[in-house]
Amino acid sequence: MKTQVKPSSGGKHLTNVKFKLAQEQLIKIHDLMLTTRMLEERMIKMYKQNEGYFWLGGPGEEAFNIPLGLQGHVGEGLDYDFWHLHYRSSGILLSMGAEQIDFIRQMKNTVTDPFSGGRNFCNHSSIRKWNVLPITSTIETQFATAIGSGIAHKRHGGKGITVVNGGDAGTAEGEFASCLIWSSRPEQKLPMLIIVTNNEYGISTPASTQHGETHIADRAKAFNIEAKVINGNDVEESWFAIKEAMEYVRTERKPYFIESRVSRLYGHSSASGANFQPNEVDPVVIFEQKLEAAGVLSRKEMDELREKKAADLLEMQKQVREEPMPDPSTIYDYTYFGQKGKYW
Amino acid sequence: MASMAQAIRMALHYGETKLGVTDIFGEDVGPPLGGVFTATQGLKTTWNSPLDERGIIGAAVGLASTGSRCVAEIQFCDYIYNTIDLLKLAGNMCWASNGQWNFPMTVMTPVGSGIRGSIYHSHSFDATMTHIPGWKIVMPSSPIDAYGLMIACLKDPNPTMFLKPKALLRVRGDELIPGEPENEKELRDRIDAPLGDRSKWKARWPEGLTDYTVEIGKGKIQREGEHVTIVTYGRTLPLAVQAADQLKSENISVEVIDMRTLWPYDWEMISSSIRKTRRVIFLNEDTEVTNFGEHLVRRTVEELFYDLEARPRLLAGAFTPGIGLADPLEMASAPQLNHIIEMAREVANERA
Repeated sequence: MKTQVKPSSGGKHLTNVKFKLAQEQLIKIHDLMLTTRMLEERMIKMYKQNEGYFWLGGPGEEAFNIPLGLQGHVGEGLDYDFWHLHYRSSGILLSMGAEQIDFIRQMKNTVTDPFSGGRNFCNHSSIRKWNVLPITSTIETQFATAIGSGIAHKRHGGKGITVVNGGDAGTAEGEFASCLIWSSRPEQKLPMLIIVTNNEYGISTPASTQHGETHIADRAKAFNIEAKVINGNDVEESWFAIKEAMEYVRTERKPYFIESRVSRLYGHSSASGANFQPNEVDPVVIFEQKLEAAGVLSRKEMDELREKKAADLLEMQKQVREEPMPDPSTIYDYTYFGQKGKYW
Repeated sequence: MASMAQAIRMALHYGETKLGVTDIFGEDVGPPLGGVFTATQGLKTTWNSPLDERGIIGAAVGLASTGSRCVAEIQFCDYIYNTIDLLKLAGNMCWASNGQWNFPMTVMTPVGSGIRGSIYHSHSFDATMTHIPGWKIVMPSSPIDAYGLMIACLKDPNPTMFLKPKALLRVRGDELIPGEPENEKELRDRIDAPLGDRSKWKARWPEGLTDYTVEIGKGKIQREGEHVTIVTYGRTLPLAVQAADQLKSENISVEVIDMRTLWPYDWEMISSSIRKTRRVIFLNEDTEVTNFGEHLVRRTVEELFYDLEARPRLLAGAFTPGIGLADPLEMASAPQLNHIIEMAREVANERA
């Protein structure tokens, strides 16, 4: 499997491409987009090679997620951002500094998996030192838990904010409404960046068959929350929309809503086969075409980078293959904080 | 003597002044009402939430994730069921993150029958709650234990569920809470909000309140006895004590254990008592099918079978969709004093 280059809006014959971001930043974003995409593709391969039970993730969201992760204030405690994420967020975390091999470890459910010790699916990350709450399969509960850190951030002051993201299908759940209501209470507005990455599907079900609203963002507007719909497949549009939103939330201490229209390049997960979807727009391809047209990176440089990353990932997979599985005697560990062994 | 509602209030006051509690919240928890059972009147960190149980539990999880120690109330446990997803989450995230995260949060909610609450104000929650790992679950039956268990919850680094037996919330205790004024009227004048305009009212908290703590996981023998053990908690505890006192006249000696903590529970105390009396009744008012007491019966059979002289029993609520409003319906749906006496007599007299 290989990230497929397919024609897209403008294609590689783009002319007069001009970026607002500095060249160094563009190269960094591109590197992280590839890091993310190729990690996901490696994990899909692992699933298909029976080296992991289930894959789910967010290839197709790189143009939005990398700018998001790079603009976060990363650290522990209320001076920094709190992250209530869903399981399509590897790009955000890799941009914050997470290591690819740790995702591979979770995919292989080894004891070395730093997120869950082999207990949870891939992309169910948890990084306390960066305020990344454990990602859970429950789709929308993060929109409820985000309320709490939003309240704490409001009280604490400073520049730290709460970031919550989820998919479009999950907005049908009650917690999404809870988030809009609690974050916009009069005199108690919360410093929260609320994000929905809209790929227009819930597993196999098109949103158009289940949702009547024109834009999900319209629901936020009903609560007088600043809201924007953006093309999340475009790096710079994403970057500057996130920048504007984060600056607003950090300084105004009020919520901001972004509906980011993104692609879903390999379907929802193993549940839908995890096969490449040729009809979706590929944000990596688009960005590479622009980078090439603008003379930031050559096709050769990008191909070499891709090959190097592919080789590195293969080595990581081999390394992780040799790492131990969790010990069955540990099943009760950490049912309670700091507790090991059976507790009753 | 303080009522249980007053005891909870005093413990929460101690919590917000001495134990770092930052938020006590829920529907009608803040001023002017201070809780539908008055348990949060006069406190400085209370606030009212939207009518949204999922938001309440979610907010508690999120606050706890930042280290803000909070107490969230669900107004009646009958309305907690739409939060099960979030209760499970609170209980599994330490485990799911392999010990990285902890959530120092307490949820309190009134449970059980006894106030003629009909279908949606009479539910019990112990059977459902004890199905959710990762929580510590307590349920007092006296004001002093309510105080001490709440303090224990507020010190615990894990999610704690404080079940309030609503029939006992206004019942006064027979033991002074350390620091509580001896004069009941003085206590009322100090910490009960006045009727009418409360906008200028402030509680005058007793100054000598202490760190009095009832350790989580420790039961209490409320009556010592020789012939039969009744293991219970919450509303049915005082009924079991009354039954024990009445059965003395029949020369039946009943040992009554107040579990106080449902999870993790005091098996050492329970099993020691069963080994002594060789006869046991597990008593609670949740519906009888997949009842928490059934777990205790199972463990008794598996671990103590050869110590028993009579079949272990469960006396619990009828497996009905709800508790009917009319007095005869409620009395027939949840265990009452006469049911307890009859079963204790039957078990005590069963031939070995």
